Amino acid sequence: MKKMSITLIVNKQEYELYLNPKTLLVEAIRDHIGLTGTKRGCETVSCGACTVMVNDMAVKSCSILAVQCDGMNITTSEGLETNGKLAPIQQGFLHQGSYQCGFCTSGMLMATSALLKENPKPTKDEIKESIEGNICRCTGYNSIVRAVEDVASGKYEEGAL
Amino acid sequence: MTTETKKTEAKKEDQTLTFGLSKSKPIILNTHIPNIDGIAKLTGRATYTFDVKMPGMLYGKILRSPHPHAKILNIDASRALALPGVKGVVTGKDTLGIKQGIWRRYQDLCDEQILTVEKVRYIGEPVAAVAAVTEEIAEAAIDLIDVEYEVLPGVYEPMEAMKKDAPMIHDGVERNINVTRHIEWGDCDEDFEKADYIREDHFFCGGQAHMCMETRCAVASYTPEKRLTFYHSNQSAYYMQALMAGILGMREGDVRCIAQYVGGGFGGKFEMDGAIFCACVLSMKLFRPVKIVYTREEDFIATKRRTPMHYWVRTGVKKDGTFCAREARVVSNGGAYTGMGATALYLTGFFHSFPYVWPSYRYDGYRVYTNTLPTTSMRGFGAPQAMWCSEQQIEWIAKDLGLDPFEMRRKNGHYAGYEVPGQAYIGSCGLDEALTIAKEWVVKKEKGLPKNHAIGYSAAGFMTGGIFNWFDSPYSFSSAVVTVNEDGTVILHVGATEIGQGSNTTMAIICAETLGVRVEDIKVHSGDTDHCPADLGAWGSRQTFMTGNAVIKACEDAKKQMLEFAYARMGGLNVIYDLDIKDRWVHIVARPERGMPWTDLCKFATRGKSGQRIMGRGFYTPHRKGMISPAYSYMMQAVEIELDPETGHLKLIDSLTAHDCGTPINHLGLIGQLEGAFSMAAGYGYLEYMPFEDGKMMNPNLVDYKMIRATEMPETPIAEIDTYEPDGPYGAKEAGEGLTNPTAAAMGNALFRGWGIQMKECPIRPHMIVQALKEKEEKEKEAKAKGTKKGK
Repeated sequence: MKKMSITLIVNKQEYELYLNPKTLLVEAIRDHIGLTGTKRGCETVSCGACTVMVNDMAVKSCSILAVQCDGMNITTSEGLETNGKLAPIQQGFLHQGSYQCGFCTSGMLMATSALLKENPKPTKDEIKESIEGNICRCTGYNSIVRAVEDVASGKYEEGAL
Repeated sequence: MTTETKKTEAKKEDQTLTFGLSKSKPIILNTHIPNIDGIAKLTGRATYTFDVKMPGMLYGKILRSPHPHAKILNIDASRALALPGVKGVVTGKDTLGIKQGIWRRYQDLCDEQILTVEKVRYIGEPVAAVAAVTEEIAEAAIDLIDVEYEVLPGVYEPMEAMKKDAPMIHDGVERNINVTRHIEWGDCDEDFEKADYIREDHFFCGGQAHMCMETRCAVASYTPEKRLTFYHSNQSAYYMQALMAGILGMREGDVRCIAQYVGGGFGGKFEMDGAIFCACVLSMKLFRPVKIVYTREEDFIATKRRTPMHYWVRTGVKKDGTFCAREARVVSNGGAYTGMGATALYLTGFFHSFPYVWPSYRYDGYRVYTNTLPTTSMRGFGAPQAMWCSEQQIEWIAKDLGLDPFEMRRKNGHYAGYEVPGQAYIGSCGLDEALTIAKEWVVKKEKGLPKNHAIGYSAAGFMTGGIFNWFDSPYSFSSAVVTVNEDGTVILHVGATEIGQGSNTTMAIICAETLGVRVEDIKVHSGDTDHCPADLGAWGSRQTFMTGNAVIKACEDAKKQMLEFAYARMGGLNVIYDLDIKDRWVHIVARPERGMPWTDLCKFATRGKSGQRIMGRGFYTPHRKGMISPAYSYMMQAVEIELDPETGHLKLIDSLTAHDCGTPINHLGLIGQLEGAFSMAAGYGYLEYMPFEDGKMMNPNLVDYKMIRATEMPETPIAEIDTYEPDGPYGAKEAGEGLTNPTAAAMGNALFRGWGIQMKECPIRPHMIVQALKEKEEKEKEAKAKGTKKGK
C-alpha cells in the first residue's frame, strides 16, 4: 500500500508522519512517534489500555487508523502534566492508589479525563460507565472511581504535585 | 498468648523509658504514602518490557502446535528463511533439549522443554521461532514453516487420563499421574465414628486465566562477550536468571534478568515462558537483540492457568457443631506440564482444612497430565478451590443441624498458639474478630433486604510465603543491601520484584521506619539480578514478610554502625542511655530533645569510616516454622447479590471484608491488594469461565472471556483487624492473595441462603442457577404431592 503523509498533533506538538495507511493510531503514537506511555493489551478493542483523547474524546487508539486522525489533537498520558506539575486527575490517582502494575493506567487516565471534560460533576455510575471499556486486573476499579470523585469535588488544584 | 495480652505487653513496653520508647512506636507504618513508582506510571515514563527497544533489535514470533498431542516428524524452515527480512529460525534442535521445571529439587518434575524437540502435548505449545526485521515479516514467516506431525490420540479430562488404556502423555508416567500428595493427622476412621452427622459432597472448580494486562513479553540480547541480558515481564528476576542459565548451559552470573516495571503477575509469571526462552535462543544464534511479545490470544492459549480440580469431601461433626473429622480427595487437571502444580496440589489440601481445628484430617491429591494448557499457581495457590468446597459444605452442615453458621465457625476456628499437627504453627489469628465483624454486618443487612437479594459469606486463611525450598536455591530466601550516602540519602537494593503490588514502596517504608529517615530519602532498586541480591521473588504473599525482614536486618546493621559514631560524637553519654533515630533526628531515647540531625551523623560516619559509605546487609530465611509458611492471615468475606431467577443472571450489590494482615505497613497498598483480590475472586466465582473442547480453549480473547468490569464491581468496605505477628516485620503478614480465597464460596453461599440451592461447580453460570432452581421446584412439588397422598 502506498505510504501517506499525515500530521498528528500529539500533546500540543506537531508530528509529520509518513506511514502506511493501515497503521493504527496506537502504532503511530508508540512506534512512529515513540511515546510509549500508551499501552496495548489486546487485539480485539476490548481492554482499553490504548485509550487516548482525540479532540477531547476518549478513543481506543487500536480502533482507529492514524490517517483518520490527520490534523487532529491527540492527548496521551504524557501530555497531562505541565512542566512537572501533575494534572488533577493524576494527583487523584496518586493519592487514591488507583493503579498498581500501571499497565492500564494511561487508558484509565484518558478515559476519565475525557469524562471530566464532558461532565465535570459525574455521578458514581457515570464514572463507572466511562471506564467500562477499560480492564484493570489489579485494583478492582473502586480506587479509580474514588480518584475521579475527588477530582470532580475540586480536591486538587491544577498544577500542584 | 492471645492478641489482647500481646497488646498489653506491647503497651507495657511503651512505658519502659529506656527500652521501648521509640522501638514500639512506628511513625511511618500504615500512614498515607503514595506509591513511590506512582508518578512514573502516571506520566507514561515507566518503561515496561513491552516498551523496550534496543539498537538493531529484531522481532520474534512463535510457531505453535495446532494439535493437542502429536509427534514432530520433521520441520522444514527453508521457505521461511527465504523470505526477505527473516534473519533466523530456531527449533528444539537448536537448544540443549534440557527438560526444565521450577521444582528443581525433583528431576522428575522437570518435564518441559519450552521449545519442544520431539513431541507436542497441548495446542499452542511452541514448535519453532522466527526472528525478522519487523513483526509483520516474522508473522508471515511463521506460516512458511512446514511441520510434519504424526497426530497421536489425546486425552483432556483427568478422570479419563487416569484410565489404564489412556494415551501416555509423558514417557514412563503410568496413568498420567504426575504428582500425588498426602496430608494426614489424627485418626480419621476413629473420629468419623464419633460424629453424629456425616456429609459427603462432590465439587468441581474451574480454571482461570491470570490475564495480566501486559502479556508475556521479553527482549533478549546475547553479545560476543558471552553475556546474556534480558528484559522480561516476570515475578522473580532471580528465578528467571537461574532457570535460564540452567536450560542454556550457562553460568548464572553471565545471565542478567531485568524486570523493572511488570504489567501484572498474579502467579503466572515466575516460570519460564516461550517468549523469553525463544528470544534468548534466537539472540544467541544471531547475536542481535530479539523482542517477542505475546498477543492476547497467545497469552490465553500458551501460558499456564489456575488448576481445575475435582473435589470429594466428607465431613463429620457432632450435633453441637464440633468438628470431628474431615477427609478430602482431589483430582486436578494438570495439563501438559508440571509448572507450580505440585505446590498447588499440596496447598489446596492444606488449606482445605483452614481455618478450622480438625481433630483428624486426611487428604489425598492426584495431579494428572492431560493434553490441555498446563496449570500452575495463581493468586490463592490452590486455596480458592479449597474454600469453594469447604466453606459451602460448612454452610450446608450448619443448616442441616440448625446451627448458627458463624458460631459453628467460631467454635472450631483457629486461634493464636494453635498448632496444625505436623504442618504449621499459628502465631497470630484474627479469625474471631473477623467473624464478629462479618456477623454484625450480615445481621444488619439481612433485616432490610430487597426482593431477590441475598447475603452470603465465607471464612478463609492464607500463608505468608512458603518455607519449602523446592527451587533448591543455595541463597537465603530474601536479602537486602542498604547504602547510606554522606548527604543522608539512602539506596536500598532488594531482590524482591515489584509487579504492581507496591513492593518497592513497602520496602521503602520499612527501610525509612527502621533507619529513622523519611520515605523520600530512599531510592529502591529491585528486579535486576546484576545489582540486587538474590531473592525468591513475588509469589505466595512472601515479599512484605520475608524481604521486609531482610530489609529490617540490613537497616539495623547500618544503623548500628552509624550509632557507634553518634555515641562517640555525643560525648559523655552514660552507657545506659539508648540512642535512636526518628524522622531524621538522632537522639537519646530518654531525652529526645538531645541529639543531632541525621545528615550530620551521615557526614561524621562516612569520614569516620575512612570515607567509605555505610552499608548494611540483611538476610532472611524462615527456619523451624513447620512445613508451609511462617505466618497465616485470616479473613471473612461477605457479599450481597441480586439474582434474576428467570435468567439466572447474578449481580454483586455490596460486600464487606474483614481481614487480619497483622500490622499494616503500606496502607494504600493494603487496600489496593484487598480490593483487587476481591475483583479477581468474584470473577472466579461467576464470570471467568475457561471452556476447552478437545484440548482447544474456546474463548481466548477478551470479548468472550468475561471478567469483572467497573460497572460490575460493588462497594468494598474493609475492616482491618490489627493483630501482631511475632515473626513478621513490625508484626505484618500476608495481604496479597488471601482474599482471593473466600469470595466464590461467599457467592455460592448467598445463593444457598437466598434460594436454597447448592452450587457445586464454579464459576457459577446462569444456566446452572436456572437448572438448580428448576430442580428444587420439582423436588418441592414431588414432596408436596407425596405429602398430600399421605394425608389422604
